[in-house]
Amino acid sequence: MAAKKLNIKDKYRLLTRDLDWEFSYEDPKQAFPYEEFEGIKITDWSKWEDPFRLTMDSYWKYQAEKEKKLYAIFDAFSQNNGHLNVTDSRYVNAVKLFLTGVSPLEYQAYQGFAHVGRQFSGVGARVACQMQSLDELRHVQTQIHAMSHYNKFFDGFQEFSHMHDRVWYLSVPRSFFCDARSAGPFEFMIAIGFSFEYVLTNLLFVPFMSGAAHNGDMATVTFGFSAQSDEARHMTLGLEVIKFLLEQHEDNVPIVQKWIDKWFWRGTRLLTIVAMMMDYMLPNKVMSWKEAWEVYFEEAGGALFKDLARYGIRMPKYAETIEKEKEHISHQAWWTFYTHGHAAGFHTWIPSDEELDWLSAQYPDTFDKYYRPMWELAKEQEAKGERFYTSGLPQLCQTCQIPMLFTEMDNPNQNSMRDYLYQGERYHFCSDGCCDIFKEEPEKYVQSWLPVHQIFQGNCGGPGVGEVLSDYYRMNVGVDNMDIKGSPDEVRWNKWKGVA
Amino acid sequence: MPVYALNPGYQGERMDRVENFHGNQIVYLGWDEHRMFCAAKAFPLPPSMPFAALIENIMPEAFGQHPEFKQINWDSAEWLLDGEPFKPQADVSLADQGVGHKSLIRFKTPELTGYQGAGV
Repeated sequence: MAAKKLNIKDKYRLLTRDLDWEFSYEDPKQAFPYEEFEGIKITDWSKWEDPFRLTMDSYWKYQAEKEKKLYAIFDAFSQNNGHLNVTDSRYVNAVKLFLTGVSPLEYQAYQGFAHVGRQFSGVGARVACQMQSLDELRHVQTQIHAMSHYNKFFDGFQEFSHMHDRVWYLSVPRSFFCDARSAGPFEFMIAIGFSFEYVLTNLLFVPFMSGAAHNGDMATVTFGFSAQSDEARHMTLGLEVIKFLLEQHEDNVPIVQKWIDKWFWRGTRLLTIVAMMMDYMLPNKVMSWKEAWEVYFEEAGGALFKDLARYGIRMPKYAETIEKEKEHISHQAWWTFYTHGHAAGFHTWIPSDEELDWLSAQYPDTFDKYYRPMWELAKEQEAKGERFYTSGLPQLCQTCQIPMLFTEMDNPNQNSMRDYLYQGERYHFCSDGCCDIFKEEPEKYVQSWLPVHQIFQGNCGGPGVGEVLSDYYRMNVGVDNMDIKGSPDEVRWNKWKGVA
Repeated sequence: MPVYALNPGYQGERMDRVENFHGNQIVYLGWDEHRMFCAAKAFPLPPSMPFAALIENIMPEAFGQHPEFKQINWDSAEWLLDGEPFKPQADVSLADQGVGHKSLIRFKTPELTGYQGAGV
């Protein structure tokens, strides 16, 4: 007897919702122990609308086709020495930052979605999260494969996953995801599924992928395209999650709002590295960070929050502060990396005169007044043969773990500093936003693994910073780090290009 | 609520207790409106260190790279200890004048306004 072909609707039902079963002799609360402690109330999981509308068999088929095309392009890129087509060796440092700072987050997202894909008692949400989990695993793999070509020709790529777990500035993205993954499953979904994948993802991927396109990096552009249809599904899931929670019970509204406030703040702090990448690390600029923020957050995000207002959701707390900070953070971050260029796993440099003028034009209200003098000073020091690498180790924020480099928006010459006493011990924060997050859950953030304090406690080798960099972080000191001027990367690049 | 956790009474490990620093305490030093240094700096210091030693030995290590550093008049500097106005006593130890573990000491130099007068 020939097998009857199922219609799409039946196939979908059988391969998703029908995979669930009733618990007849076990207590469902024991099967799904994470579902209630956050205070979220779900009255009817059947109201969940599946955002992906994909079954596993069509998912495999669809992804396999994309992989085939993607790896054909990687092969061609490699065989044609694609690295020689990028704008110049400075660009590759943006790729290093992506591989060490962002790709491991894809892996953490894979782990996080696999976890929540087990913990929801609603089968629709479980299947959707499991699919996103597979996507994230695919993304980390394709990114590593795309960038492995650069590892053959440039320094600083060799220990990306080891570095992600240890290096001082990489504790920022790492702890962001650790925070989300150690929260309950609903907070994870608002943190990563909604705030990050839906509201802020365009500010991460569009700048990196357009940056790649503007700078001749076909490998990165290609994995970006290949991930795009996955990202669209992830955004749909993020939006479904928030609507579902808000429609299930009115008591969920203040909890969701609290999570939006927290994760929007944490997300924008994390995006500081993207801001710096756009304004300083791309030899061919795409647009300024300020403009990207206006397009992708103020316009697109503003419309989203207007839609959510009918559920009683308002704009994230401190959105006004961030609107002012868009004029400052990229300059503050690149200055921090420039002055800590001896301790970074990539190269740093003084912007060229043309770039300084571009920055003045993009930031007419702030650049010449607050930031150009820094570069004038750096140039002066460099001309004296005293390229400025700052001494000592910076104070870090207990929540975001970024050095306390942000300034007060009513006096941008003064660093913004907050502190809070909890059970007799003092904790420091870069902002009211980060301080609020600590106050809400101090028992979580007293555990922050702050790289500077860990070095002083003797947990990162040593005794000197040099040994921490070479032995604990596994940087090739004098090769991976320091200014791009005279670096092995630059020397090789000039040789390939026949530049004296 | 000190934490939202699966198990009631959950407590986190305090990673930066003073006992973890081998007899030192962490002290943060910040020079206000001198953004050549992106942030305040952290130092592990013995609580018994007199303030004079901090000025003489630690300040140059922290801020000596600044072109204005040599012109600092420590007598006219204005100080904040953990956000409160503070008059350091040169011969008294850090601990005995209220500088505790993870205290932040900030100072202003009214006559020095940074490179190009721009707060750098």
